[in-house]
Amino acid sequence: MVPIYYYIALSAVLFALGALGVLIRRNAIIIFMAIELMLNAANLALVAFARLHGELSGQVFVFFVMAVAAAEVAVGLALIVKIFETKQSIDIDQLNLMKG
Amino acid sequence: MWADRLAVLPVIVIGAWAVLLTVADLYIPEHRRRITAILAALGLIVGLVVNLFIQRHNPQTAYFGLAIADGFSSFLNVLFLLSGLLGIAVAHGYLQRQNIARSEYYSLLLFSISGMMLMGMAADLIIVFIALELLSIPLYVMAGFHRDRLDSEEAALKYFLLGAFAGGFVVYGIALIYGATGSTRIAAILSAVQSGSASPILLTVGAALILVGLGFKVAAVPFHMWTPDVYQGAPSSVTAFMAVGAKAAGFAALLRVFLLAFPTLSDKLVPLLWALAALTMIVGNIVAIVQSNIKRLLAYSSIAHAGYILMATVTLGQSRLMADAAAAALFYLLAYLLTNFGAWAVVIALEREEGKGLSIQDYAGLGKKYPALAAAMSVFMLSLIGVPPTVGFLGKFYLFRAVLEGGFVGLAVIGVLTSLVSAYYYLRVVVVMYMQEGEPVVNRDALLHWTAALSAIAVLALSLFATPLFQWATQATLYAAQ
Repeated sequence: MVPIYYYIALSAVLFALGALGVLIRRNAIIIFMAIELMLNAANLALVAFARLHGELSGQVFVFFVMAVAAAEVAVGLALIVKIFETKQSIDIDQLNLMKG
Repeated sequence: MWADRLAVLPVIVIGAWAVLLTVADLYIPEHRRRITAILAALGLIVGLVVNLFIQRHNPQTAYFGLAIADGFSSFLNVLFLLSGLLGIAVAHGYLQRQNIARSEYYSLLLFSISGMMLMGMAADLIIVFIALELLSIPLYVMAGFHRDRLDSEEAALKYFLLGAFAGGFVVYGIALIYGATGSTRIAAILSAVQSGSASPILLTVGAALILVGLGFKVAAVPFHMWTPDVYQGAPSSVTAFMAVGAKAAGFAALLRVFLLAFPTLSDKLVPLLWALAALTMIVGNIVAIVQSNIKRLLAYSSIAHAGYILMATVTLGQSRLMADAAAAALFYLLAYLLTNFGAWAVVIALEREEGKGLSIQDYAGLGKKYPALAAAMSVFMLSLIGVPPTVGFLGKFYLFRAVLEGGFVGLAVIGVLTSLVSAYYYLRVVVVMYMQEGEPVVNRDALLHWTAALSAIAVLALSLFATPLFQWATQATLYAAQ
């Protein structure tokens, strides 16, 4: 059996990649994908820990996280499409109407 | 089973009302928009009555310990339902003037409030996460409600991306805490932490990640970058609502999770919380000085106030004080609710189409032409500074007292000094209103003027009856979910 540390290490790497992606990338869709990566890193950790503790609530939580992520996709993509219609761009560096 | 449903009845009422309102709205003709608003307000009043009737002093857990109904949650329910009512009052005329009077606004508002109420009742980290998203997702949509204007769209996208980012931190933090303790129940986490069976590294990192996520939600420095832009770009009625509601819900989770689950981690978490509170007060108040747009000014003011409320969390681990500090935070949130909605009602009264009328200079001459409105605004500004005899002063007084009793003199000094700094930019608004000549344009919107007037009276009057209110907040202190 693969030791639990491998799963946790992988999920930590995925989470770090996701967080870095949000901070570094400028395309709204890519940022959004990076956020999804963070959520899935958490899902991996939850499933691994649920296995470790021999308890189900971690796995149940994963379903909730996936459902919430789906709801976020619906709202997020709608917003991104709307911005693209107005601006013909989803580069977040160009979203600079407000300053100060 | 029925006892469970009874315990969470206020949330069920608001959630079901939101669903029914969405459907009923299809049968309400377009020129009768007012009916939707009235129905939504009615739902909130029903929620308030239900909350009053099932209010109890013995905490009651529901659904196998997922949720808990106690004094803390019923106090917060009152707060959220009140902010919903005021939110409808300031929104109704504003949406019509801005040509965005679409009735899904009120359903979204109710959905968001049901999420906030669930947050106050959360006794399990899974519920904390679900409530966080339930309150946030409608707010993302509402921030972009002015969908033909780029600044509103921009605000919505920024709020959405940073809100989802914060959500990621919260989930990962919960995953690590689950890994350390084997449970997501706050009570089970507490016993695992106290027995010492939990890995301290996983626990501390997990708690820190949750703190980051909730820090975004309550707009604590350094997680505040989105706040000014979102508050400025979103329709003003939405900003007024989210400045109070989302912040109060974030603090509900922060107080419940941190004070209840992690008191034994206090040696690691208290310095973090101390620094967060101090930074938030300093940055919020100092950057507010240079703002010329009233919406941005109030955004930075809301960051600064998040800092003051964060002070309550540094009493973590001092069990005798925690209840007092939590009560002070609840009282402060109530004071902030009244003051903030009043101030936003005045801002909305002066806002014209295309985002005009939002500069502080547009308030010149208000004192002469509209003395009542200017007087109300002055009361709100004084309450935001924390000058007696306003409710804002008592909020600060109780908070500082709790912090001083906890032995955090340095933090209290920072709080007092930054309050002095804040007097400069709040009083500038008053000076412009009374000392400068101008021709301010004010919308004729009776509901808005009543909201401002009643809030001003409440801000003054509640400072006289603060003791019973504070006792109510003290009774509302936290109980561990068993």
